[in-house]
Amino acid sequence: MWQIALVLLVYLPLVIGIGHYLYHVTMQKKTWLDPVMDRIDTIIFKFSGVKRVDMTGKQYVLALILSNAIMVFIGYVILRIQSVLSFNPNDIGNMEATLSFNTIVSFITNTNLQHYSGESGLSYLAQMLVITFMMFTSAATGYAACMAFCRRLVAKTDTLGNFFVDIVRVTTRILLPISFIVAMILVVQGTPQTFNANETAQTIEGKMQDIALGPVASLESIKHVGTNGGGYYGANSTTPFENPTVISNIVEILSMMLLPGACVVAFGLMVASRRKKVLFGKQGMVIFAGMGILFLIGLVTCYMAERAGNPIIDTLGITQDLGSMEGKEMRFGVAQSALFTVVTTAFTTGTVNNMHDTLTPLGGMVAMFNMMLNVVFGGKGVGLMNMMMYVLLTIFIACLMIGRTPQFLGKKIEEKEMKLIALCILIHPAIILVFSAIAVTTVAGIAGITNPGAHGLSQVLYEYASSSANNGSGFEGLADNSTYWNVTTGLAMFFGRYLAIIIQLTIASLLATKLWHSETVGTLKTDNAMFTFMLVAVVLMIGALTFLPALALGPITEHLQIRS
Amino acid sequence: MRGFFEYTKQALLVTFSLLVICGLIYPFAVTGVAQALFNHQANGSLIEADGKIVGSKNLGQAFTDPMYFSGRVSAVNYNVYSKEDTVPDVNGETTYGGVSSGTFNYAPSNPELKKRIEADIVKFLDANPGVKRAQIPADLMTASGSGLDPHISIEAAYIQVKRVAQSSGLSVDEVNEIVLANTESRVLGVLGEDKINVLGANLDIYQKMKEK
Repeated sequence: MWQIALVLLVYLPLVIGIGHYLYHVTMQKKTWLDPVMDRIDTIIFKFSGVKRVDMTGKQYVLALILSNAIMVFIGYVILRIQSVLSFNPNDIGNMEATLSFNTIVSFITNTNLQHYSGESGLSYLAQMLVITFMMFTSAATGYAACMAFCRRLVAKTDTLGNFFVDIVRVTTRILLPISFIVAMILVVQGTPQTFNANETAQTIEGKMQDIALGPVASLESIKHVGTNGGGYYGANSTTPFENPTVISNIVEILSMMLLPGACVVAFGLMVASRRKKVLFGKQGMVIFAGMGILFLIGLVTCYMAERAGNPIIDTLGITQDLGSMEGKEMRFGVAQSALFTVVTTAFTTGTVNNMHDTLTPLGGMVAMFNMMLNVVFGGKGVGLMNMMMYVLLTIFIACLMIGRTPQFLGKKIEEKEMKLIALCILIHPAIILVFSAIAVTTVAGIAGITNPGAHGLSQVLYEYASSSANNGSGFEGLADNSTYWNVTTGLAMFFGRYLAIIIQLTIASLLATKLWHSETVGTLKTDNAMFTFMLVAVVLMIGALTFLPALALGPITEHLQIRS
Repeated sequence: MRGFFEYTKQALLVTFSLLVICGLIYPFAVTGVAQALFNHQANGSLIEADGKIVGSKNLGQAFTDPMYFSGRVSAVNYNVYSKEDTVPDVNGETTYGGVSSGTFNYAPSNPELKKRIEADIVKFLDANPGVKRAQIPADLMTASGSGLDPHISIEAAYIQVKRVAQSSGLSVDEVNEIVLANTESRVLGVLGEDKINVLGANLDIYQKMKEK
């Protein structure tokens, strides 16, 4: 318990520090990396012909989609022909078509759902040119979208910011430096970073052991920093090479928490900077606190459930003092595993340091519910945008109750915005529930289920929640490398990502061009504790209304079964 | 329309720049620095004995001989195999299918889980007479997430000491010493769990027996 508190305590000063840095990068203010980075940026912009002119909301979305489409095309081609390219010392073959489609969509949408196993499915070149590369750009894309969104909320015009400038600045000034440092820490802890082929050891019992190596650390760091989550090896961060020690575990936890939290801090500063300099803008604090409360509720539930262990194992007469250890690693134990699980699903990273399929029913439900809400910090950038939808909704509901005109940061929220907000909030549950319903009524869908009873439904729900939330973790027992699962989850990831971003930026554009009204005594205050509680209540209420029936049939039923 | 072409061109060239920076320069830079400064770790923390590589400090191994400590249950047998395991059977399938990682993914409610654990308990009690069911800690009977977990809990090691001592011919004190020498305590006294490195302990046993 103490070790969890310790990690969270280290997190707070870190996130505020990085939040300030992020704010400076986004608003094109001076940072200490400028002397070096300005030159690199200039070279890239000159080479690409980027003119650094401000874009309208529509142009911004167009640039985002075009560049993502080009990345998809290049990545797909590399996966399909990886066997003939260089840096393939372990002779990996080409990837099959539907699996390649799934993999590419998965990585461009920052999901990192993996229906392949890295050690046997990808060459070193593909791990670098496709996986590592997309981990950077998908994170940068999400963040660019988020900053475009935030800037429009506090601006008076719709023409500001350039997508290409944003994506390059975020990559060179934030993602690359942090990833490099994290990669070095991981190597010190024992993560391999080499281009040599796999090693075969001769064990002292006279047998052989294959040891899979490769450029792991460089992928591992951006995987967490960019809230990507796709592992180098099949078993992701449970494998001792991806996550060798408890120190590496904490570094990975902190690096995935860093930027989504920092986004909220940066947004708070953007709002506050209209007045004066502060450490942590009030509006940002309110949202951060709301996310924090939801996060802590999940963390405590998950930890208690895992600590209690599996009652079925208790009946076998062995001691379960360590808690539920099936699918967990000894070096992490229950505390570090529960923390990792809640962080990876709340911050929608999708990396795992224990196998989520083997979590106790309630522990697994927390993970699932975090992704169903998709607003508890959330992925890099997009989590904040999702939460802003709920912020606007909360304002609308609260204002209806007290009979005021809904207004946020001086902009009136009117019919058009509310329709889009409602649509945006409904897309996510619709994708999860409709796809799950189709899966459990078709033969091809049911074929993937590997655990009997209520847990089988949990496997399906989890897979689509993870896809739509662009998380990427899985109840990995699911036999998901089939045409059916590759295609349906690919679509879920695609819609979950792009529909949301397009609608959200449209809302931001609508708000940006509105007249700015000064606050009066009659305006609903959105930067106090009262609002935080309203926000948490609205999120939980909508989450419960949409998902409780499904959860009751899955994890809750399983919980009651093993406890009876 | 001109805007569209202009954006496509810029998107293509920005993508290309980032591909080179993030996909090539960055991993090469990390590899260069890692190989130069932390060569041992960057190559997998491999352990040598008698001039050959016998494993990695970070990866567990499957041990079947009673004179060695056994580790946690692994769904992939720690990628350990013998020559026979690579020979295809009548269906053209091999026991060892190449390097992998993972677990059984049995849900807590899955009857297979109960069956597997019960079978392992019986096997363990047979091999370790004198040990009672209630003494077995759960980590030894449950599968790790990666199938490559190098550690077991301290209790899981101590209940094996008697068997290891008897089969290897070492004294109980010597084996206890080996357990103690391979114990890794919680970092700063709070972080993680107390545990022992199974391969480390077994290598010590191997060396001790060679000396005798």
